[in-house]
Amino acid sequence: MTGGWIALDGAARVWVAIVVIGLATYGFRVSFIHLFGRIEEVPERIQRPLRYVPPAVLAALVLPDLLTMRPSVVATLADERLIAGVVAAVVAWRTENVFATIGVGMGVFWLFRFVVFA
Amino acid sequence: MSRADGSFADGDLWAGVRDVFPLMLGVIPFALVAGIAAVNAGLTLTEAVALSVIVFAGASQLAALDLLSSNAPLAVVVGTAVVINLRMVMYSASIAPHFARYAARMRAALAYLLTDQAYALSVAKFAENDERSRWRYYLGAAAPLWVVWQIGTVVGVVVGAGVPERWGLTFAVPLVFLALLVPAMKDRPTTAAGAAGGAVAVVAAGLPLNLGLLTGAVSGVAVGLLAEAIGR
Repeated sequence: MTGGWIALDGAARVWVAIVVIGLATYGFRVSFIHLFGRIEEVPERIQRPLRYVPPAVLAALVLPDLLTMRPSVVATLADERLIAGVVAAVVAWRTENVFATIGVGMGVFWLFRFVVFA
Repeated sequence: MSRADGSFADGDLWAGVRDVFPLMLGVIPFALVAGIAAVNAGLTLTEAVALSVIVFAGASQLAALDLLSSNAPLAVVVGTAVVINLRMVMYSASIAPHFARYAARMRAALAYLLTDQAYALSVAKFAENDERSRWRYYLGAAAPLWVVWQIGTVVGVVVGAGVPERWGLTFAVPLVFLALLVPAMKDRPTTAAGAAGGAVAVVAAGLPLNLGLLTGAVSGVAVGLLAEAIGR
């Protein structure tokens, strides 16, 4: 955001990111655990939007890694990442098992990358 | 952290350890991927371990690594990770009443170990058994997650460095998120939040400063609130 930040080199960037994200995250973790006793209940206005943070953030993380908009529909859909992602989503839904989701997803990804589209 | 009213070799502590054991199946691959992603983003082993110890929150670590490797501005790297970890406020609020009677220093230490898994497990157990020592059970569940996370990171760094780029091992990152996303979309408003967050992030992927993820996340929360309001 500021010129000073952009000017940092690789290692400094990494360390600033680690420390700032770490401090903020600890702040979130300790927030109400620390405050409790002074305030009795979490305000509804804070609680309601927080309920939607996990699905919104996770979907925003996943989808762009599986789907890239390309000029043609075929080029957009004929992508090993998208095909593997759809299969893995079904596995995640049916089994709720992280190992199975990763295993099947990587298997399909490699199948299409090294065999089908090779 | 041990208190005067009992020893560490306590049933409640081991109950936590026992209950967290099956969850390791999900944590181990996640931790390995965190290590692999760190290598791919150009981090040293020390930096990767510092990230896992200081931040200790997988999803935000992976997002930050992804943005660092694509040369996003530092403010976007930090902003994105912070938004991802906002959910910790919700966990902190929900578990706080159970820790209210402990000393401030104790609560500060317990808070550091707060994760999705430790939170979900502890709150569920606290609801069904009022006799249980809160901090012992929580520590029993949370501490093994921390240990496995750090070991997994180191193994991931070592393994990740030896695997050729074309194998696309970092594809395991979205797969981990997918495994967390599917159960998070458990009713109509949360499903709407996920669908909108994902769709906006894809369309906004070309935004400058890598702002696509942040835009998608904020849109998803807004749509979730809207769906909730309509459903009432």
